[in-house]
Amino acid sequence: MTFSPIELQVMWNRLIAVVEEQAQTLIRTAFGTATREAGDLSAGAFLPDGRMVAQAVTGTPGHVNSMANSVMHFLRVFPPEATRPGDVFITNDPWMGTGHYWDLTVVTPTFRQGRLVGYFACTCHVVDIGGVGLGVESRQVYHEGLAIPIMRLADANGLNEHLLQIVRANVREPVQVEGDIYSLIACNDVGARRLVEMMDEFAIDDLTPLGSYIIDQSRAAMLKAIRALPAGTYRNTMRIDGIEAPIDLVCTLTIAADGIAVDFAGTSGMSSYAINVPICYTEAYASFGVQCVVAPGVPNNAGTLGTVKVTAPVGTILNAPRPAPVASRHMVGQMLPDMVFGCLHQAVPDRVPAEGTSCLWNLRLSGGTGLPDIDPNLLSNATPFNITSFHSGGAGARPTKDGLSATAFPSGVRNVPIEVTEALTPLVFWRKEYRTDSGGAGTQRGGLGQVMELENGEGSPFAISATFDRVVHPPRGRVGGLPGMTGRLTTRGGRTLRAKGRQSVAADDRLIIEFPGGGGYGDPLDRAPERVAADVRLEFVSAEAARRDYGVVLDAAGGVDVPATEALRARRRASRQAAE
Amino acid sequence: MPPSARLAVDIGGTFTDVVVETTDGRTTTKVLTTPRAPEVGVIEGIRRVLQVGAIAPADIAIVVHGTTLATNAIIERKGAPTALITTDGFRDSVEMALENRFEQYDLYMDKPPPLVPRDRRFTVIERVDARGRVLRPLDEAAVAALAERLPALGIASVAVGFLHSYANPEHERRAGAIVARHAPGLAVTLSSDVCPEIREYDRLSTACANAYVQPLMASYLARLADALKDEGIGCPLFLMQSGGGLLTVEMAIRQPIRLVESGPAGGAILAGTVAEECGLDRVLSYDMGGTTAKICLIDDGRPETARSFEVGRVYRFLKGSGLPLRIPVIEMVEIGAGGGSIARIDALGRIAVGPDSAGSEPGPVCYARGGTEPTVTDADVVMGRVDPARFAGGKVRLDPAAAETAVAASIGAALDLDVAHAAHGIAEIVDENMANAARVHAIERGKAVADRTLVAFGGAAPLHAGRLAEKLGIARIVVPSGAGVGSAIGFLRAPVSYEVVRSHYARLSALDLGAINAMLDEMAAEARSVVRLGAPAAELTERRQISMRYVGQGHEIVVALPARRLVASDAALLQAAFDDAYRHLYARTIAGHEAEILSWTLNLSTTVAPPARVAMPRPNGAAVPAGERSVFDPSRRRHVAMPVHRRDAIAEGALVRGPALIVEDETTTVVPAAFDATVNAIGYIVMTRRGGSEATP
Repeated sequence: MTFSPIELQVMWNRLIAVVEEQAQTLIRTAFGTATREAGDLSAGAFLPDGRMVAQAVTGTPGHVNSMANSVMHFLRVFPPEATRPGDVFITNDPWMGTGHYWDLTVVTPTFRQGRLVGYFACTCHVVDIGGVGLGVESRQVYHEGLAIPIMRLADANGLNEHLLQIVRANVREPVQVEGDIYSLIACNDVGARRLVEMMDEFAIDDLTPLGSYIIDQSRAAMLKAIRALPAGTYRNTMRIDGIEAPIDLVCTLTIAADGIAVDFAGTSGMSSYAINVPICYTEAYASFGVQCVVAPGVPNNAGTLGTVKVTAPVGTILNAPRPAPVASRHMVGQMLPDMVFGCLHQAVPDRVPAEGTSCLWNLRLSGGTGLPDIDPNLLSNATPFNITSFHSGGAGARPTKDGLSATAFPSGVRNVPIEVTEALTPLVFWRKEYRTDSGGAGTQRGGLGQVMELENGEGSPFAISATFDRVVHPPRGRVGGLPGMTGRLTTRGGRTLRAKGRQSVAADDRLIIEFPGGGGYGDPLDRAPERVAADVRLEFVSAEAARRDYGVVLDAAGGVDVPATEALRARRRASRQAAE
Repeated sequence: MPPSARLAVDIGGTFTDVVVETTDGRTTTKVLTTPRAPEVGVIEGIRRVLQVGAIAPADIAIVVHGTTLATNAIIERKGAPTALITTDGFRDSVEMALENRFEQYDLYMDKPPPLVPRDRRFTVIERVDARGRVLRPLDEAAVAALAERLPALGIASVAVGFLHSYANPEHERRAGAIVARHAPGLAVTLSSDVCPEIREYDRLSTACANAYVQPLMASYLARLADALKDEGIGCPLFLMQSGGGLLTVEMAIRQPIRLVESGPAGGAILAGTVAEECGLDRVLSYDMGGTTAKICLIDDGRPETARSFEVGRVYRFLKGSGLPLRIPVIEMVEIGAGGGSIARIDALGRIAVGPDSAGSEPGPVCYARGGTEPTVTDADVVMGRVDPARFAGGKVRLDPAAAETAVAASIGAALDLDVAHAAHGIAEIVDENMANAARVHAIERGKAVADRTLVAFGGAAPLHAGRLAEKLGIARIVVPSGAGVGSAIGFLRAPVSYEVVRSHYARLSALDLGAINAMLDEMAAEARSVVRLGAPAAELTERRQISMRYVGQGHEIVVALPARRLVASDAALLQAAFDDAYRHLYARTIAGHEAEILSWTLNLSTTVAPPARVAMPRPNGAAVPAGERSVFDPSRRRHVAMPVHRRDAIAEGALVRGPALIVEDETTTVVPAAFDATVNAIGYIVMTRRGGSEATP
C-alpha cells in the first residue's frame, strides 16, 4: 500500500491531533494541581516496536522526552506476544519512567481487529505517593514512597483492584491519586479510539510504514539543521548551590554529521539528599535544550530524539543509580538546558539566551500537625493544609530581547492564582511583585525575579519545603552581560532560611521569598539609554543601578541626561581598558 | 402601520455588512469598513440597503449592531491611556499573568504586553481575604490623592481591581466612588462589576480591557446614535454581545468588553436558527471567511456558551498567547484557516497552511493586487472550484494564471507535484486542520462530531464543507442562504439578554440556602433591570447554571439550576445532575466523592419564538445543470468535467448528484462525489451522503 505525500502529511497531522486530544482529556479529568493547573504531563503515540511517533505539545520537557523511552522498558516486561486486548500497564519507577515516584506512567496497547497496532503512553504528576513527601530530606529512594514496578493495571476483566488497594493505603490523598490513575487510563483510551478510527478511514492495517515516514522525515530535518552548525566539540561548566557542597556540572557537546552528543563526564558525584537525577531525566532536559536551539519546529518523536545522544557517567549526580534519592531531581535537571546553551553558544553565537533561574521555585507549604521543630500539641487547633503553588524567577536575556520576568523556563508550567491558594488554605499573601534590579544588566536585560511575602492568617505556624537553587551561585550573563540576582529566603522577623529543606515559620512571622533574576546578555554599556530610562520609569531598574550597572544618568524628570551618560560610559570604558 | 423593518449592521475588519429584513424579504449589502469613523461606513451601507429595498428610515423598528472596534482597539493597542488601582503588594498581577510559556520550544517567545503598563499601575492599602473579611481597611485618603493626580498623567480611564473583590466588592465600590468624585472626567471600571469571579489575573485583565476600550466605545456609540437620528432612524439601537444576546446602548457603554466577539456570535446564532428551522438537534456550525474558520457546537438550537475568551493572541490563535477575558461568550474554536491563509513548505518538507493570512490587502495571488504567496483561495481557483469571472458576483476579477504560477512555484516544485495536485494538497491540509480543530474542540466539550449536521456559511465555507464533513464522518450539510452576511443575519435572531455571574463557594453537603437565595434574588434583579431597559414588556426566559466539580479537581462542569429559590432537597437534585453531566463527559463518576459549587450564573433573555419549521426536502427528480467546468477530482486525481448548477435555478427537492458545483454570487458550494444535494423550501442547500443517514431529522 502506498500513499501520496499529501496523504502521509494528512495522516501525520491527524496523529498529532490524536495525541493532543489524549493530553486534553488528561487535563480535563485530572485531580492533581500539577496536571490540571500547571500542565505537568505528557502524552504520546508509539509504534508496535516501541518507537514514539507523535507527542502532544501540551506537557513539560522533563516528562516529554523521558516518557519517550519508557515504553521500551514496558515492552521488555510485556512483549507483544504477552499482551492482550484490555491490558493497561503502569509504573512509577524513577529509572524506567520519568524520574521520581510522583510521576505515574501508564501504557495502553492498542488493538485493531484483534491485532496489536501500537501503544499510547501518558504521564502525570500525582499529589502524593506516601513516604516523607516531596522535598530533599529522603536519603534513599525507599524513603520516597510507594514503588510501582512495571505491572498490569488492568486486563480484559477489569482493573487490578489489589494494586489500587495498595495505592489507596499508601498515599495521603487516596481519592485524588486514584482519580488521576483513572484519568491516565481514560486519556490513553481516547487516543486508542481515535487511532483505530483513523486507521479505518485510511484503510491502514499497519501503522509502521506511516510511522517510519514520520520518523525518517523528522530525523532528516533534525540532521539537516545539525549539519548547518559548525561541527566540533564544545565544553561548558556551571556551578550551582547543591546541598552539602556546591555541584559542578560539566558538559561536553559534540556536533557531528550524524547527530549531537552531549556528555556530562566530569560532573560532581551524587548528593546524599534527594536532588540526584536518573539518567532518563538528564536525557530529557539536555535534549530539550538542544531542540530549542537547533530545530524548534520539528515535532518530537523517535526520529527527532534519536539525533541527540545524552550520556553521563554512572555515579555522577546526573546519572544516579538506584537506590539514590531522586525526589527533587528537577532542581538539578532543569539546569541542563543552560548547560547545553553554554556549549551551543560557542558553536552558534548569538542564538542562545543567558542563564536563568531555570529550576522552578515552587512553594510547597503546609500547616497543621507535623511541622518541623514545632511542638505538635501547639498545632491541635491549626487548620491542616498541604499545597504546592508553582512559581518562577527570571529567565535569561536573549541575544535580541530582554529575558522573560517571573516566567518558567525550561519547565513552562502555569502558576496557581493567589486567590485560589488563599481560598484553599489559611495563608495570606501580602506581596507578589517584580523584584527591582534582580534582572542581570546587559544590552538585553535578564528577566526579573519576584518577591513574595506570606503568613498563616490564622495565627499558626506553617512550614515550607524548600527546593531552591541559585541562592549562592547566580545565573550568569553572556557576552558581557551581568549575572542575575541570587534568590533569598528570609522572614520579616529577620531569620534567614536554608534554600533547601523543610522549615517552619513562626505564627507571628512572615516568610519572604526573593526569586533570582535571569542573566543579562551583552555589555550593559551598550544598552540604549532610553531603554534604561524606560526600565527606571517602570521601576524594573533603580536609578542607582542604572548609573552603576548601565552607566546611564537620568535627569530629574527621569529622562536620559545625554552628556552625563556619554561621559560616564566613556570613563567606564576607559577604566576597563586600563584594567586590561 | 407601525414600523416593522429590522436592520442589522456587522462591522468587520474589511467589510461592513448591512442587512434589512421586512415581511417582504431581505436586502443585504457589503461596504468597505471605514476604520477611523466606522459610523460613516455604517450609514453608507444603510442608505444603500434602504434604497435597494425601497424602505423609509421611519419604517425601521430596530437596529442591531455588532462591531470589532473594541477587539481591534485591544489588538492594536489603541485604547485609552488607562490606570489600574490595585491592592498594595500586587502591582504586577496583570503583567506576571500565569508565569508560563505557551510556546514550549521558542526561546524568543514574547508575552502579550499588558494593556496597563507598570507606571500606570498604582497600589493602595486595603485587603480583603478569601471569605470577604476586611483584613486592612481601605486607605481612602490615598485613593483621593491618587485620583487627583491621574488626569495630569494623561489618564482617561481607570480600572479598580482589588484582591478577593468577588467575595466583597465594598472596597472597590468606595474606591470607584472616590475616583468619580475627585477626578470626575475619568471613566471608571470595577473588576467586581465586569467579572465578579475568583482568579485575580483573569478578573483584573478583564477589568483593564473594559476600561481600556470604554472611552472609545462610548464616543463611537454616541456618534453612531446621532448619525442614525440624522438619517431619520429614531428606533432603539441594540448591541450584539459576544454571549449571543443583545444589550442596550447604555449598558454597552458601561461594559463594552461584552461586545468583543459579536461578529462570530452572530454567526453562531444564525446556525442555531438554521438548526431550529430544519429540526436539527445536533449541529456543527462552520463559518469560514478570509482569515479564520470558526467552529461551534450547537445542541437543540442553542450554541454552547462559556465564560472565558482570549483576545489578541500574539501567536495567532495559539492558546495562552492572548489576554484572558472572563465574559459570557459563545464557545467556539477559531483557527487560522481562511480563504486568505497562506500555504508554504515547512522545515520538514510538509505543506503548512496559515495561520497567517494575505487578508484582503494584498489578498490571494489571484486577486492580482500584489500577493505573491499562494493561499487557500488560490488553490480553490487552480482546482477549478471558483469561477474566475463570477467571483464575488463579478466584482473581483481573478487571475487564475497567477494563482497557478504561485502554487506551482511555492508548493509543487518543492514536493515534485503538478500544479493541480499541489493545489489539492493545500486544500487537503487546510481541511484537515479544520477537522482536527473540530475534533479537539468537541473532546474538550465532551461531545461527538460525527452525528452532527454541518451548517456552513461565510464566503469560503461552502467550498470546503463537503471535504470537512467527509473527514469528520458527517453525513449531512446545510448551506443557508445569505451565507456571506451570516453574522448580520444572526444579529436579527438574537434575544435581548443579560448574564450575571457570582463566585460563591459552596459544598453540596453544606448549602447555606438563605445566603444563596438572597444572592440569586439579587442577580435576578440585576439582570431584570438591564433587560427591561431594552424589552419593557416582552416575555422573559431565565436560565440558571452553576459550575461544579469534585472537591480537589481544577476544572468545572456546568450544571443547570432550577430558575427558582432553592430548597433543602435540591442538594440531591444537583448531585444527580452533576453525576449525569460528569458521566456524559468522562464516562464514570467517582462514588462517594463530594462535589462543590464555584460559581453561579443567571441568564435572563427575551423569549424568542421558534422559527417556522421547514421540512427536509423530498427528492423530486434531477436538477438540470447550467453548464459544466473542468474541476480537479481528488478521487480520480485529475481534472474532469463537472456539472455546474445555479443555486437559484434548483427547484425544491431537485437532486444534484455529486461531484458537482452549485454557484451563486457570493460563493460556490462543492458537492463531493459521495453526496447528493438539493434545496429546501426556503432555499437552503442540503447535502446528504449517499448511503448515509437519510433526510429524516
